[in-house]
Amino acid sequence: MAAAKGKKKTASKKAAPSKKTGGPGAEELKKLYRDMLLIRRFEEKAGQLYGMGFIGGFCHLYIGQEAVVTGITTMQEPQDTVVTSYRDHAHMLACGMEPRGIMAELTGRASGYSRGKGGSMHMFSREEGFFGGHGIVGASTSIGTGLGFAHKYKKDKGVAAAYMGDGAANQGQVAECYNMAALWELPVLFVIENNQYGMGTSVDRAAAGKLYKRGEGYGIPGEQVDGMDVFEVQKAAKQALDYIRSGNGPYILEVMTYRYRGHSMSDPAKYRTKEEVSSFKEERDPITHVKEALLKAKVSEDEIKEIDKEIKEIVTEAAQFAQDSPEPDAAELWTDVLVEV
Amino acid sequence: MPTPILMPALSPTMTEGNLAKWHKAEGDKVEAGDVIAEIETDKATMEVEAVDEGVLGKILIAEGTEGVAVNTPIAMLIEEGESADDISLSPSPSTAAPSLPSPQGEGGRAIASSGEGIASQPQGAHIENRDILYAQGQIIEPPPFDEASFTDTQTLTIREALRDAMAEEMRREKNVYLMGEEVAEYQGAYKVSQGLLDEFGAERVIDTPITEHGFAGIAVGSAMNGLQPIVEFMTWNFGMQAMDHIINSAAKTLYMAGGQLGCPIVFRGPNGAASRVGAQHSQCYASWYAHVPGLKVVSPWSGADAKGLLKAAIRDPNPIIFLENEMLYGQSFEVPSSDEFVIPLGRAKIERTGADVTIVAYSIMVAKALEAAQELAEQGIDAEVINLRTIRPLDRHTILESVKKTGRIVTAEESWPFAGIGSEIAALCGEHAFDYLDAPVTRVCSADVPLPYAGNIEALALPQASHIVEAARKVCYAD
Repeated sequence: MAAAKGKKKTASKKAAPSKKTGGPGAEELKKLYRDMLLIRRFEEKAGQLYGMGFIGGFCHLYIGQEAVVTGITTMQEPQDTVVTSYRDHAHMLACGMEPRGIMAELTGRASGYSRGKGGSMHMFSREEGFFGGHGIVGASTSIGTGLGFAHKYKKDKGVAAAYMGDGAANQGQVAECYNMAALWELPVLFVIENNQYGMGTSVDRAAAGKLYKRGEGYGIPGEQVDGMDVFEVQKAAKQALDYIRSGNGPYILEVMTYRYRGHSMSDPAKYRTKEEVSSFKEERDPITHVKEALLKAKVSEDEIKEIDKEIKEIVTEAAQFAQDSPEPDAAELWTDVLVEV
Repeated sequence: MPTPILMPALSPTMTEGNLAKWHKAEGDKVEAGDVIAEIETDKATMEVEAVDEGVLGKILIAEGTEGVAVNTPIAMLIEEGESADDISLSPSPSTAAPSLPSPQGEGGRAIASSGEGIASQPQGAHIENRDILYAQGQIIEPPPFDEASFTDTQTLTIREALRDAMAEEMRREKNVYLMGEEVAEYQGAYKVSQGLLDEFGAERVIDTPITEHGFAGIAVGSAMNGLQPIVEFMTWNFGMQAMDHIINSAAKTLYMAGGQLGCPIVFRGPNGAASRVGAQHSQCYASWYAHVPGLKVVSPWSGADAKGLLKAAIRDPNPIIFLENEMLYGQSFEVPSSDEFVIPLGRAKIERTGADVTIVAYSIMVAKALEAAQELAEQGIDAEVINLRTIRPLDRHTILESVKKTGRIVTAEESWPFAGIGSEIAALCGEHAFDYLDAPVTRVCSADVPLPYAGNIEALALPQASHIVEAARKVCYAD
């Protein structure tokens, strides 16, 4: 990937692991804070660029859900793979993809991860083990199960994380994949990011029963996790990944979270109350939670401000790069339809 | 009164089989439901049960007899007290036989794939950036291929040719695997994967539950993560469940990823009409998939096509739609023996050279086109028959060169007429050979109706050699 070559990584799978006993150390907390803040600031900037007309089409922001992907990705190993649906910028950042390459794809530029031909929902990085970015609700589950199938076939000890939203959990192919993943004992972590709304429909109006229990009939263990608390997510992810990596087959984590923004940029989100949104922002914000832990671990305000500044610079630089990069050459229209034989 | 026991059919397309074993002897008492014999085809073995009670009066077909036509009396059942001497054999066979189409070559008679002698083939050319030129719709020469140099051949059925292609490619590349319903332990719903489980094991020959959408998506995901799956759909009719993954996940990924992540995968299975299986099991998907950029669509007719094209499909780094035909599975052809017989995709074959009219066909319609050409020759019309082999990318060059020579063209396909492959060829000729045409481009297709079940109207709905003869005579103004 041309855009990403030679650039400093901003995030990566596997943080310094927690010590067996006691909470995370200051360095680990700083990394979590940095990773989550990068997502928040990146998404805010994307929203801003959208408003200015630099980003077109669909743009689904992850603000509020940062603890989910951060908690899980930091527990993964380098050979692991990730696939998700259309709310995917955060997953790319968490996998270690370059902010500038992602932002340049959002603005439809030649230096974007897909050379401007994919857009917000369609970016990939084989190097970082990220396989999209899919615009069809539910498809990431089957593809993720297939990534897991390949891990098992190649015996590379990898685990695939297949993310889906609460809306996708109702798709038929999800049930099909639970069945096959369990039947063939595939190394797949199914992550349901339950942000409580499938577009404008609340989960209560769309889903019968509990989503994390839907693997029971197939013998897949499932667990509900507080997705506003990155430490809880990490704990659950570690346990699930250990279970899967030991050859026991798939695992389901239903991670309860909340998106602060609308479904996409064009959604005013009138289906929920202002009070509901502000209660999450004020009482359950996942980044504030980590910041409090940092202070408790005696990390100074100055040190935290230093991280804030560092992240701001990365995002500003990415946005500038994304605006300054040229659009794809007209000849790009015709390339990459087929691999030439 | 003695009752005849008839040779049963194991499937809608079976026309003959072998009488493997008799379980009862002449004079034995038989109850309804007793197993009296075993019959087999190259696909399966089945026990024959008695429908009525009585005594097995006379065995008419000895065990071990091969090629017994469906509905032939194989034994006579008599009532207790009757004597076997009462049996007088009617010289005429049963008249109750349904009128099944009788494919050429069933039962080991091999068909030479080139009709009368080897037609001269287009030279072809090595061309850079073919993928881009195809996308732009430019007319370019097909890739070169010296098919005539593969002189060592063996007689194989289509199902054997397909199986050998998969086996050879699985031996060559360990990341190639086969997945689908009944492909492993059952040995293939149509016995195309016979023997593969034994050779390659359950890790590489994988039975799936009946969940096309899910397993197609799993195969696509595995292809993105480094494997080269062959996905068998029991028929392409069931593949419709998987269409989202075929198109949105497989075909579009390379483009959406700016070229950095592709999807090397083959989706294969029987396509088009079988025989008397009704509308939901009888559809040609050629034009559905040929519509989609990012896919290659392949449809073999002969044994050489089946083997050489499937090997090419498995080696190709792109998603491939491979459309087989159930009616052809049992037919035998001479097939090049070499492991390196790999037919380049995007190259048609001229099966018969002719000067008066071009007939373009694919899959089973190539046989009907050759039959029509034979009949036309007897009527003084010299037809050229092109076997497309690959539908996308279409070998536009070979079609146009032919129509420029003959000035007349008839397309033959099992698809429906509306927006079919024939329509595309008509547009091609209109855009690039308008000045050469001496008659309107004429399409022979299935009737524009869901395929009916009743034998008589099913035959009316499907395109036959006689329709091609009629169309060719029309464009030659012969009537």
